[in-house]
Amino acid sequence: MKKLKLAIIPTGSCSGCDTSLVDAGETFVKALEYLDIVYWPIAMDLKVDSLLKAESIDILIVHGSIRTEEHEHLVKEAAKKAKYIVAYGSCTCFGGIPGLANLFFRDELLKKVYIETFSTVNPEEKIPGVTCEDERLKIPKLREWIHPLDEIVDVDLYVPGCPPPGEIVEKFLETIIAHAERGEPLPEKGTVLAGLKTVCDECPREKPDKIVVKKFVRISEAKEIDEKKCLLAQGIICMGPATRSGCDARCLKVNMPCRGCMGPSPEVVDMGAKLISMISSIVYADKEREVGEERLKKVVEEIVDPAGYFYRFTLPGSILGRTRRRRDKE
Amino acid sequence: MAVRERVGVFVCHCGRNIAATVDVKKVVEEISKHPYVVHAEDYKYMCSDPGQKLIYDAIKSKKLTAVVVAACSPTMHEETFRKVCEEAGLNRYKCEIANIREQCSWVHTDIEKATEKAIRIIRGAIEKVVKNRPLHKIELDIVRKCLVIGGGIAGIQAALDIANAGIPVILVEKSPTIGGHMAQLSETFPTLDCSQCILTPKMVEVARHPLIKLYTCSEVIEVSGYVGNFRVKILKRPRYVDEYKCTMCGDCADVCPVLVLNEFDRGLSLRKAIYIPFPQAVPAAYVIDPESCLGFNPIKCGKCKDVCEQEAIDFDMKEEIIEEEVGAIIVATGYGLYPKEKIGEYGYGRYEDVIDSLEFERLLSSTGPTGGEIRRPSDGKIPKRIAFIQCVGSRDENHLPYCSKICCMYTAKHAMLYKHRVPDGEAYVFYIDIRAAGKGYEEFIKRVQEEYGITYIRGRVSKIYEENGKLIVHGVDTLTGVPVKLEVDMVVLAMGMIPTGSIELAKKLKIPIDQYGFLQEVHPKLRPVESVSDGIYICGCAQGPKDISETVTQASAAASKAISLLTRPKLYREPLVAEVNEEICSGCGVCASICPYSAIEIVEGVARVNEILCAGCGTCSAACPSGAMQLRNIEDKTVLRMIKSMLG
Amino acid sequence: MAKRFEPKIVAFLCKWCASAGADLAGVSRLEYPPNIIPITVPCSGRIDPQFILQAFKEGADGVLVGGCHTPGDCHYINGNFKCFKRVTLLKKMLRQFGIDERRLRLEWISATEGKKFARVVKEFVEELRKLGPIKVT
Repeated sequence: MKKLKLAIIPTGSCSGCDTSLVDAGETFVKALEYLDIVYWPIAMDLKVDSLLKAESIDILIVHGSIRTEEHEHLVKEAAKKAKYIVAYGSCTCFGGIPGLANLFFRDELLKKVYIETFSTVNPEEKIPGVTCEDERLKIPKLREWIHPLDEIVDVDLYVPGCPPPGEIVEKFLETIIAHAERGEPLPEKGTVLAGLKTVCDECPREKPDKIVVKKFVRISEAKEIDEKKCLLAQGIICMGPATRSGCDARCLKVNMPCRGCMGPSPEVVDMGAKLISMISSIVYADKEREVGEERLKKVVEEIVDPAGYFYRFTLPGSILGRTRRRRDKE
Repeated sequence: MAVRERVGVFVCHCGRNIAATVDVKKVVEEISKHPYVVHAEDYKYMCSDPGQKLIYDAIKSKKLTAVVVAACSPTMHEETFRKVCEEAGLNRYKCEIANIREQCSWVHTDIEKATEKAIRIIRGAIEKVVKNRPLHKIELDIVRKCLVIGGGIAGIQAALDIANAGIPVILVEKSPTIGGHMAQLSETFPTLDCSQCILTPKMVEVARHPLIKLYTCSEVIEVSGYVGNFRVKILKRPRYVDEYKCTMCGDCADVCPVLVLNEFDRGLSLRKAIYIPFPQAVPAAYVIDPESCLGFNPIKCGKCKDVCEQEAIDFDMKEEIIEEEVGAIIVATGYGLYPKEKIGEYGYGRYEDVIDSLEFERLLSSTGPTGGEIRRPSDGKIPKRIAFIQCVGSRDENHLPYCSKICCMYTAKHAMLYKHRVPDGEAYVFYIDIRAAGKGYEEFIKRVQEEYGITYIRGRVSKIYEENGKLIVHGVDTLTGVPVKLEVDMVVLAMGMIPTGSIELAKKLKIPIDQYGFLQEVHPKLRPVESVSDGIYICGCAQGPKDISETVTQASAAASKAISLLTRPKLYREPLVAEVNEEICSGCGVCASICPYSAIEIVEGVARVNEILCAGCGTCSAACPSGAMQLRNIEDKTVLRMIKSMLG
Repeated sequence: MAKRFEPKIVAFLCKWCASAGADLAGVSRLEYPPNIIPITVPCSGRIDPQFILQAFKEGADGVLVGGCHTPGDCHYINGNFKCFKRVTLLKKMLRQFGIDERRLRLEWISATEGKKFARVVKEFVEELRKLGPIKVT
């Protein structure tokens, strides 16, 4: 039996994605029978050379955000010889949480981290890496923006989630096994390994006839939560209605609102914009005239950090998330 | 993959209206390069027969699958061009209009920039039209019944026309009788017909018409639904007198101890708390004014109830809410006079003998407080010198910028009738301009000026004050430049007209009003009695100031529009409504929570749109977090493509 | 002489009020700068925030959203309020993106306010000239 050559490249990653693979337990072990691991730094003692010098790669899994020039370089090099590329986890699919850094320019980020933070003492205002001359010690440069993987290389399969939920990882590994064992084709290019519907479809909570919110509260501030009722209807911002299903609404089942890690529905280009629209729409829905513009404005503006909230996992893949703009003066 | 679209673009010159500012040749040249465009041409007038034929022929010969006409606003000719496309075998929604006249050539002068903008607008229309799906209109049943709001001459005329065509009418009037302002008038210009004599037969016809259901003391409080299928809630206030039992004997009013000002006579006479507005009122029944009647406390009074042999009086009558279904609505809520109090310099309220034009009508009327004799309110004497002031409030930037249209004519009539009644009296008319455009109008004015010896002074009156029991009128004769100071016994102010009730009602009907509160027609010339909402028509002074003959004309026009709607076998609605992608929708309920028409419900975890109730606003589509809800032919992705191509 | 900055503006106009107001400006021949590219939608409530972001992405220096006057003018009852709330929250978010909220302008323009439409466009163009282009060149 010819084993499939697998490479796993972690980029700007928390390693949660690696863990999710291992978490698949027996299925993962079974999958290993069909896999020849070329590169997976977190699990195997293989150096970058084994990736760069590999003749071919059957399946390339990338997880994490494409943050540095090294990330980009590795991914592009590996992609040249990869037959099938998988964007694994929300960072590669849409940009992920690190993608929120796209709200700032690179120079702003570096300045903030190395010079301006309260606990930093850096009188010479040295920013590491970028100024270091010694080739050997060179720290890779930060890229200006984080991009979803498919803007760097052609992606065949998307496995969303932060990290991808067990059921989906299981399905992913089964697909690989079926391919290796019985020659079944891998999912066609552009497939997203998740449901077409949204999290509401899997959420067991009861919905009222009308969802009308007079004030939003954060989950930590909510005095009382009805454990059976839709969280959104209780004024807790839940991104479930905008988020692809496939996670079995596991956050909702433990009284946590959906944060949107599975990414947008296939018909949505910009998840954050849609959430802005949805959330503001239900504020005093159908009572707007009675309440008046001032009050509506107040309720809507009380929402803290809309960009961070509504683009939590999807900023780089959003409409403005990677556009080079001028920053208007405050 | 879908069929590759073959788009034809037709650029109209609109004479020079477009071509003078937009380089149409360049537009054609540029747009021909567009990947979807297989045919592009320009023509002097696309909407003309030869223009339409160009489109027809190109669809046939070039096998076009979609058409963009770059011309005037779609409100003008969208229908024209869609019909051509249909005739040539295309679906009507495979034709889009690029508005390069109203929103481009007419507002810019820089040819280069206007041309570039026109190209961008057309590119957007191309993106849209290729994405448009061919759709068919939604078929609807019609409720063959019409609601007429307002029982003045406009409402009466409209109701009669419609009922005479065999269509049931519901006529709603706020006051206890129909008749409106026309019932208050004495004689009408320029023929001097007695107003009541020509009006009351029509009122009686309304009362007796088997197809007209009349609700007086009533108001429309809620309107929902859509053309052909409106649901209306009418609040009927109690009359406290059973209109079918009342015989108009008048015994009740004889014993009523309460006297209040009679509003029909504009406060120049008194009436009882139980009263009829005027003898020929319809319905012919007394009415109790609950504000002043003492009978609601049985200990205090109840005299009328005691003497009423018919037992028609019932103090326990309650407000009723009546629900009706109608297919069309005509709004004829009429006018009021601009509040005289707002023009302090003329002393209205301070001087009893400064009165408004409707008060003067009541003085002239044989059924009025003085039996038709002109006697001044303060002491009942016959005024020997009288001044009429035109344009009070009207044509005045500080009050009403518009012309109230009828004041020139009725003031001339007032002056003439004054001379009939007081042959030795002197009458003066202050005017700005005389506007007497109408059949027989100019002749009427001439007669008043020449045969009756009325003095017309061109100029505004600056103030009126009292001195030694006389009213002093100060003004300037602007023709001679000489200041005028006149000593008169009485002054009549020709007050400007304002809409009444139309503002609130327009909100309920969701139809627009203009900056003054008059109802807005779709087009001032070509669609003068239609509101923007299908099935809602407007007429009379609610639409703008006008005289009786014009009001009747407009009422009949509105009626004919309603009749032509209500006699159609079926109605067809735009299919541009919201549609759910059931594979994606997970029934989050946001759309159902915000739909202003309650057209969406969640059934088994998926949103379902009621196509009949949906008005196609698309707010659900903007709010839908999964993109499952889309407005047909204006889908999210279509608009995003349009933006890209228009800016690119 | 340096060429004057000509901002690009996309206008999303509701069919019943703002677009009709723009038509009236045309009928009245009220001149205004050609920097504006109009897109007519049925109702201001149809305007998806995605459209506004897309316009900025494609190089619009400003976006004008035109609807019917609140509270009562909306042809679709309350689409204008939906639009108001969405634009309000979107502005807050645009600030986080470093986009001056003045670049997104919401105006209620009735079908009879041709003059207002022309004035708004003129003012907006002037304001955007001061703010400068949205993109780094």
